[in-house]
Amino acid sequence: MFAEFLQYLFAGVTTGAIYALVALGFTLVYNASHVINFAQGEFIMIGGMATLAFMAMGLPMPLAIAMAILLAAVLGALLHRLAIATARQADVVTLIIITIGAAIFLRGIAQVIWGKEYHALPSFSERASIEVMGAVMYTQSLWVLGIATVLVLVLALFFKRTLLGKAILATCMNKQAARLMGVRIQFVVMLAFTLAAILGAVAGAVAAPITLTSYDIGIMLGLKGFVAAAIGGLGSGVGAVVGGLLLGIAEAMTAGYISSDYKDAVAFLLILVILLFMPRGLFGSRVAERV
Amino acid sequence: MNKKSLLRGMAAVTTLLALALAGPAPASEDPIRIGAFVSATGPASFLGDPELKTLEMYVERINEAGGVLGRPLQLIHYDDGGSASEARNFANRLLRRDRVDVLIGGSTTGTTMAAVPLAERARTPMISMAGALTIVEPVRPWVFKTPQSDRMAAERVLSDMQARGITRIGLISGTDGFGRSGREQTLEVVEQFGIQVVADQTYGPQDTDMTSQLTRIRNTEGVEAVFNFGFGQGPAIVTRNYAHLGIDLPLYQSHGVASDRFLDLAGPAAEGVRLPASALLVPDALPDDDPQKPVVQGYKEAYEERWNTSVSTFGGYAYDALHLAVHAIEQAGSTDPAAIREALESIQDFVGVTGVFNMTPEDHNGLEPESFRLLEVRDGRWALID
Repeated sequence: MFAEFLQYLFAGVTTGAIYALVALGFTLVYNASHVINFAQGEFIMIGGMATLAFMAMGLPMPLAIAMAILLAAVLGALLHRLAIATARQADVVTLIIITIGAAIFLRGIAQVIWGKEYHALPSFSERASIEVMGAVMYTQSLWVLGIATVLVLVLALFFKRTLLGKAILATCMNKQAARLMGVRIQFVVMLAFTLAAILGAVAGAVAAPITLTSYDIGIMLGLKGFVAAAIGGLGSGVGAVVGGLLLGIAEAMTAGYISSDYKDAVAFLLILVILLFMPRGLFGSRVAERV
Repeated sequence: MNKKSLLRGMAAVTTLLALALAGPAPASEDPIRIGAFVSATGPASFLGDPELKTLEMYVERINEAGGVLGRPLQLIHYDDGGSASEARNFANRLLRRDRVDVLIGGSTTGTTMAAVPLAERARTPMISMAGALTIVEPVRPWVFKTPQSDRMAAERVLSDMQARGITRIGLISGTDGFGRSGREQTLEVVEQFGIQVVADQTYGPQDTDMTSQLTRIRNTEGVEAVFNFGFGQGPAIVTRNYAHLGIDLPLYQSHGVASDRFLDLAGPAAEGVRLPASALLVPDALPDDDPQKPVVQGYKEAYEERWNTSVSTFGGYAYDALHLAVHAIEQAGSTDPAAIREALESIQDFVGVTGVFNMTPEDHNGLEPESFRLLEVRDGRWALID
């Protein structure tokens, strides 16, 4: 009985940790620009697929991941420079739509360059799974969880302690005031897009041994990541992680105890209920809306 | 140079240019038009992509070898993206505007069924590359199909389970069209084999972890084997999760993952997995007197050399569709649709990649369940078991 519960919990944590990593990227861009970057899923795809491509060229895995992250960072900066910055007068909704276009574009390019097939990355650790009290867990899940935790801490420190981080937050709160204080808005937003791309690529590379990867993996992971970010409260790093884990565990428990057919339905019900009672999400800022 | 000669000169240059652009004119005959609508992109691209590649490659090859009836083949193809309404539009365009002689497609049961009424009305032979039995049952005069039906795959697996003395199984299937159809067919025929489905689980086509479903199946009393009906990456993840959970019951997959990619994706977790597949996966393991051996070997080599990617069962459906059409046109000696239809219906002992076709007016598929070979993964390779 308990082993069964534990197994479902592990399954939930495995997928939840991946959602959490994706959600973190949404949080970052949202914090800087109030834009929901729907191309975030595509950076996850790039993280996984580029790692594979570099490994196919003969690079060892850590180096291949580093190169993939670099590639994603460049693309993230380009996304901002070519698509977002040129439309900086537009309002947030327009920018969000632009990111959707960028996502479709990136997916199309990836499909042409890397093909449509699924690929698998090897697990980071030699040992693929460990047993805990009768249930089995992927060692890769621990990697995902660990990396998510480290990233949350680093992001929290970045926003609280560094001038750049504070500049990003200031831009989010009031663009005009931030500009008057000498913050270069466009640079700050570009930085946020680049960092989000890096986060996405890290997530993609770490998750690929579990989820497998293909040119269109970003659609589903991006959507689930966004949902996780919304549950946790957009803009909150801790919220992203809690939201991701909650979503993953809810899915796994439903599949385990109720029926796998209702898995997605329960997850979406969860969102409805949480957003109904807490419109800002679990950890959303309590700041009153400016009128 | 006066104005008139300038004009004449320009006309000459234009004519030359037009000729150069048109390239070497083929034999004076009109081309035979083969119309194809496949799902080369979208969720069913795993079907449509190899199918289109196969069609393109073999139309080129047939033309290089002199065409059919002394006329070149012209492939007119559209990508329906897996959408039935798009398929209907494109089939309409192929039949009315492009006026094709034979229609090949669609890749999925949905896209096929959308085009079936059009082909029937236009009285043009249509060869589908989709799995469901409903395409050819009841028989429609103008509609044929090359793959074995999903039910045959289920029967092949269930008969092997029966032979191993298995009576209680767990079923796990994808919620996409392929998985749903497979699940329904399996549930329909399972009792004929004295087998009971005691656990019935599903997963979404994009799911990344199926350990919960598999844990439930494992904890169901008396399960002796697990059957996974699905395609794409889902079954590979199921296989990985299965090994990860350390379930030591026999695991069966469907023909949906019958490609070398499955071995790459599932890795060592695939050891011992059994599945029904066309002879295409094991060309070298076939006995030398097997009539399919040269056909299958030839297709595999040609495809992998040309496209630099591993061959899949689904491309084989397109190979068979095109070659059945070509064979029928040759037999008919013309492109008269009624004559082609007659010829298609009377094809006997035609050795294709998927199997040996014996068409009759009552059977527009022409394959036996035996055309599925039962394979097992051993040492990371496909092995033929009998």
